[in-house]
Amino acid sequence: MATRLPETDVVCIGVGLVGSMLGRELTKAGLKVVGIERGQPRFTVPDFQGPQMHDELRYSVRKALMQDNSKEAVTFRNNISQDALPIRRWESFLPGTGLGGSMVHWNGQTYRFQDSDFRMRSQTEERYGKNFAASDLSIQDWGVNAAELEPYYDRFEYLLGTSGKAGNIKGAKQAGGNPFEDPRSRDYPTPPMKEPYGSAIFRKAATELGYQPFPQPSSNLSQPYTNPEGVRLGSCMFCGFCERYGCEHYAKSTPQTILLPVLLKDPNFTLRTNCQVLKVNRDSSGKIATSVTYADATGKEFEQPAKLIIMGMYALNNVRQLLLSGIGTPYDPRTGKGVVGRNYAYQTMSAVQVFFDRSININPFMRSGANGTLIADFVADNFDHGPHGFVGGAYIGEVMTHGRPIEFHPTPPGTPSWGSAWKKAVVDHYNHTSVMSVHGSSVSTPANYLDLDPTYKDAWGLPLLRMTFDFHENDLKMSAFVTDKAHAIGKAMGAKQTAGGPRKGPYTITQYQTTHNTGGTVMGDDPNTSVVNRYLQSWDVSNLFVIGASAFPQNATYNPTNTVGALAYWAADAIVNRYLKSPGPLVPK
Amino acid sequence: MESLSRRVFLRGAGAAALVGGTAAAPPLATSAPAPAPAPPAYTFFNPQEARFIEAAVARLIPLDEVGPGAIEAAVPSYIDKQLGGAWGAGERLYRSGPWKEGTPSQGYQLPFTPAELFRNALRAVDSDVRTNKGKAFDALAPADQDAYLSELQAGGKDLAGVPSKVFFESLLAMTIEGYFSDPAYGGNKDMNSWRMIGFPGAYAGYYHLVDQHGIQFDREPISLAENNRREVHVMPEIPADGVYHGVDSEGHRHDQPQGGR
Repeated sequence: MATRLPETDVVCIGVGLVGSMLGRELTKAGLKVVGIERGQPRFTVPDFQGPQMHDELRYSVRKALMQDNSKEAVTFRNNISQDALPIRRWESFLPGTGLGGSMVHWNGQTYRFQDSDFRMRSQTEERYGKNFAASDLSIQDWGVNAAELEPYYDRFEYLLGTSGKAGNIKGAKQAGGNPFEDPRSRDYPTPPMKEPYGSAIFRKAATELGYQPFPQPSSNLSQPYTNPEGVRLGSCMFCGFCERYGCEHYAKSTPQTILLPVLLKDPNFTLRTNCQVLKVNRDSSGKIATSVTYADATGKEFEQPAKLIIMGMYALNNVRQLLLSGIGTPYDPRTGKGVVGRNYAYQTMSAVQVFFDRSININPFMRSGANGTLIADFVADNFDHGPHGFVGGAYIGEVMTHGRPIEFHPTPPGTPSWGSAWKKAVVDHYNHTSVMSVHGSSVSTPANYLDLDPTYKDAWGLPLLRMTFDFHENDLKMSAFVTDKAHAIGKAMGAKQTAGGPRKGPYTITQYQTTHNTGGTVMGDDPNTSVVNRYLQSWDVSNLFVIGASAFPQNATYNPTNTVGALAYWAADAIVNRYLKSPGPLVPK
Repeated sequence: MESLSRRVFLRGAGAAALVGGTAAAPPLATSAPAPAPAPPAYTFFNPQEARFIEAAVARLIPLDEVGPGAIEAAVPSYIDKQLGGAWGAGERLYRSGPWKEGTPSQGYQLPFTPAELFRNALRAVDSDVRTNKGKAFDALAPADQDAYLSELQAGGKDLAGVPSKVFFESLLAMTIEGYFSDPAYGGNKDMNSWRMIGFPGAYAGYYHLVDQHGIQFDREPISLAENNRREVHVMPEIPADGVYHGVDSEGHRHDQPQGGR
């Protein structure tokens, strides 16, 4: 029997980016907030310090900062005709755990989605007609647009201190920035990062080909910065240990370096770590959440009553917690009915390797998680899709993040995988190869979804999340089209050889692609096709907000974190300025 | 034989470090003649298993003029410590059934921990080679060893429940890990694998160098487990989980970056 605790105003489930942001906004509004985090408390000092943090085997290969599969895994299958089986070790994507969440191990790539992303269904039909997109896509509009989110993107970027170059300030184009971006109210808080050699070669080649390259916006900062919360960040040192690592230099914007130093001092905020939330409980009407039940590190169960509940877990765990709590109607691919777990999407990734001769020292280890140069000419709807028969797009960038040799030892096609010839090829190319990412969007379809697994359980005896996913032909076509453009850039970079094919099906969990899992608690204007309204408030339970990339109706071209942050501020604003004054649905059902 | 081979490699490594360089590389710290290493002490492998592992990894990454082989990099010792430790016991591996083969895109679905997988496969490999070749793997000529390893890689053999392709891929992955991981884990001996490709190891950053495009970076690599006399403490039992801070043999923490290099 769970021990019942005294009621608090708010419970945040998960204390990563969303939990930290909502914790801060709601304590500032005078509320008492309890943050419940399943993982360890951890801080820049002593947990992320060098040289121990620079351990490729421990952090990249053994994945020390990630959700422990032996406690909680996800099951996977490509389609409903297969039996889903557990992902016994992470490879394709890497959900984090612990204080600060997955943002501790992110790369800091900080893009805004475009207006055409938020209006993907309308935009496609307006520009290309109703029958252009494949009939079996469930892409839809978000219920918000870029102009509405602009102030929240702006606020979030200034919280992070993001380094970049604006391309469009209040409608005035800015030379050197992203020419395709929607108007922003002001420039980035800090100037762009230094440009590494490979990125400079890319910039020159892309310009010669008529593209418009610009510096990758980075939340590993180009210079020291004090954010509006009064928290000071340092300069990125280009150590090449970002993704899968904590930052020892206070240079990467994470909850630890932007908010937690303030939030954890606030007497209205209580942090409970090593506590696993098992269920969100509701009253007899089913329409009001009353408490959460969690197990502490020793397995003892507690019930924490609260007036308002924020789900701010990793996207996949938001979906799972709703399903475990029985909130909302689970999506059924056979009938098309139900919404929870619907529109799971991913990212369609490929890469092109650019092999130089040995006179070019790329020095791949002098990098940061976000310090490259890219083009947006094939992003979203920035080009005419008419002749191509697909929707969505990809950016092409020389955005290498590291030269760690277990993961990175490129060899040209045809090289044996072992033996003296392999070793010679590694030596010939390790320091003389540049890699371009082709980072593509992912459509939502009726066949791709998340639900609870009927067989496999976690360490608490609860069903694992089951993922059913494969790439739609639309995205494979997109990947082929844009990857081809990347090869042309590689040749213009002076490559003796380029290599790397477009993304091919079936989707496999055996190869790292990206940790950009989206959808499943989709936002929107219609409760028949969304789980939360445009303010991220549950349609079914009005004192529950579900915030994260799980709200994306499909995944856009760019990396998702900036949009998660913007949505968190957008939702917090609606809660503080509207919901608290009159608790109840912010949008009539 | 051992020391002759080592001299051949060291000449090769020195030459490789100069190729493409614009500035003269400083003499390598390892260019002094070194005594032949003591034979490794194994805690996981039995002698029969160790003979196969040593012979196999020497074919996967042979010693040649380009750089150290897996033996010179102490890869067998790395694999032995990994399989005998938390990784071998299935750390962070989801281990509940039911067990089904699944599709290739569903990844590893065998009930074996890495230690069990190696134990079963190594016993089966030994029996298979003795039956079909009349002697143990380590007694075969190098070309025959390569041919047998290629057979394992191609798949189709059942090694006591372990598909040979799975065993081969595990062995190759662990060989590359042991070759390129920090020497704290017992492989990458003297950081010669890093020196060979030009990876500098656990440096704290390159802020002042990243915009000096194309420079030849020729400083000595550093390990995360060096003390301030540049001795590397081998600590193969670093767990993936839990808070770990390096402490050297004199009890000094070395989780502070060391200056002067």
